[in-house]
Amino acid sequence: MGDIRNGRSWSDMPDTSFPDYRSTSLRAPTQAPVRLDGGWDDAVALTPLWPRLADTDADLTVNGRVNGDPIGERIVVEGHLRDEASRPVSGALIEIWQANASGRYIHREEIHPAPLDPNFLGAGRCLSNADGSYRFITIKPGSYPWGNHRNAWRPAHIHFSIFGAGLAQRLVTQMYFPGDPTLPYDPIFNSTPDAAVRNRLISRFSMEETVPEWAHCYKFDITLAGAYATPFEEGHDHG
Amino acid sequence: MADLPGFGSMDLDDRGGPHVFVYEDRRSVPATAGLTPSQTVGPFFAYGLTPGTYGYPHAEIHRSELAGGVQPDDPHAGGGYVPGAGTHLAVEGQVFDGADVPIHDALVEIIQADADGHHARARRNDGFTGYGRYGTGSEGPNGDTRFRFRTVKPGATGPGRAPSITFIITMRGLLNHCITRMYFPGDDHTADPVFNQVPPERRSTLVATEIGPGRVRFDIHMQGEKETVFFDL
Ligand SMILES: [Fe+3]
Repeated sequence: MGDIRNGRSWSDMPDTSFPDYRSTSLRAPTQAPVRLDGGWDDAVALTPLWPRLADTDADLTVNGRVNGDPIGERIVVEGHLRDEASRPVSGALIEIWQANASGRYIHREEIHPAPLDPNFLGAGRCLSNADGSYRFITIKPGSYPWGNHRNAWRPAHIHFSIFGAGLAQRLVTQMYFPGDPTLPYDPIFNSTPDAAVRNRLISRFSMEETVPEWAHCYKFDITLAGAYATPFEEGHDHG
Repeated sequence: MADLPGFGSMDLDDRGGPHVFVYEDRRSVPATAGLTPSQTVGPFFAYGLTPGTYGYPHAEIHRSELAGGVQPDDPHAGGGYVPGAGTHLAVEGQVFDGADVPIHDALVEIIQADADGHHARARRNDGFTGYGRYGTGSEGPNGDTRFRFRTVKPGATGPGRAPSITFIITMRGLLNHCITRMYFPGDDHTADPVFNQVPPERRSTLVATEIGPGRVRFDIHMQGEKETVFFDL
């Protein structure tokens, strides 16, 4: 149970040091992570701790609204959160943040000269359901330049932060869009060496789940490490 | 556009020339089943993940106080901080890059047991959450780059184990998050099963420094002589 797992599945992960992504040069650790005999000794379980969230937290077309609808193409982003044994991961905290339709973040250090949208914050969150499903409503983000090299453009993406059942189920990632022409030029996307692994980050357009007269749907299924059936059996509340 | 603060030390003059990356276009390769790869958190997570400390208009759901009278239910609770049961502890530090410059856009998360060595297994009435989050550089790129947590000193979670706080670190430039663990000065670490597996010459990177009554400092070095030990999980 818990975080007894030891050894991340590095073949499924990007290279930690990837010189084409220049910020890695002073920030990526140079020493291999220490592998533990017997695994991590300390089981933690965070999913029961997350606060209840408002439904509007998962609707980015509403949660930043001031005096109207945000500008851009409304989309549904949904999928399932599963563990390595294909079991649903429920109660996980999924937080997303993204640029607006123009490719502009509201972050105060962002200087890309594209318009802010007064009705779009670009951040949302939800807890995964009992079947591992999650669903956001948002605006399709724009591509933006990022200064890593000459003519560097990030493909349109949505940032995801996920906290599943244990420490091994922490994941920070990015979701991309099918058909994006800038993907073959992006060091961050291409930092994962194996194409079949890397392409797990590209969402899938779903005509079946597209809502008539309303919004395209993109499916993004996420697989987390670990396989915790009933991870918290020793649990009891000390409060 | 002389200054690009969101991108740290990046030199715009260096953007010319031959640096155009082109990777083989293998988007048509079908994705296999398996783990979703990690990606960097990027420079702009603050308004989504740590909005309160930066003053963004998004309700804060995580705090940097892990124990106390503020109910985790109430993201708008701004009331006074009341320490929970146990020895009141402040943990602060900075995250340094390979040039020894403090990083102003790192996401620091900590997880710990309560004073009795028990992890919170449910929401508790005493306000103990066992989880805290802080974005360094909450006051901007030229401001304070320290992280600060208010909590209680954790108890040992089992026989032989020394009290510890788990840290998860991620930032722009880090494609995979890093996991480490802070131990306390003055505790007996000799039987701790994790501490003992760290090469002896690197163990000191895991031990905090006492800087005052109930205050410890734990700096994290991503590279260099003092590179912090990270664990493979
Ligand atoms: Fe981004």
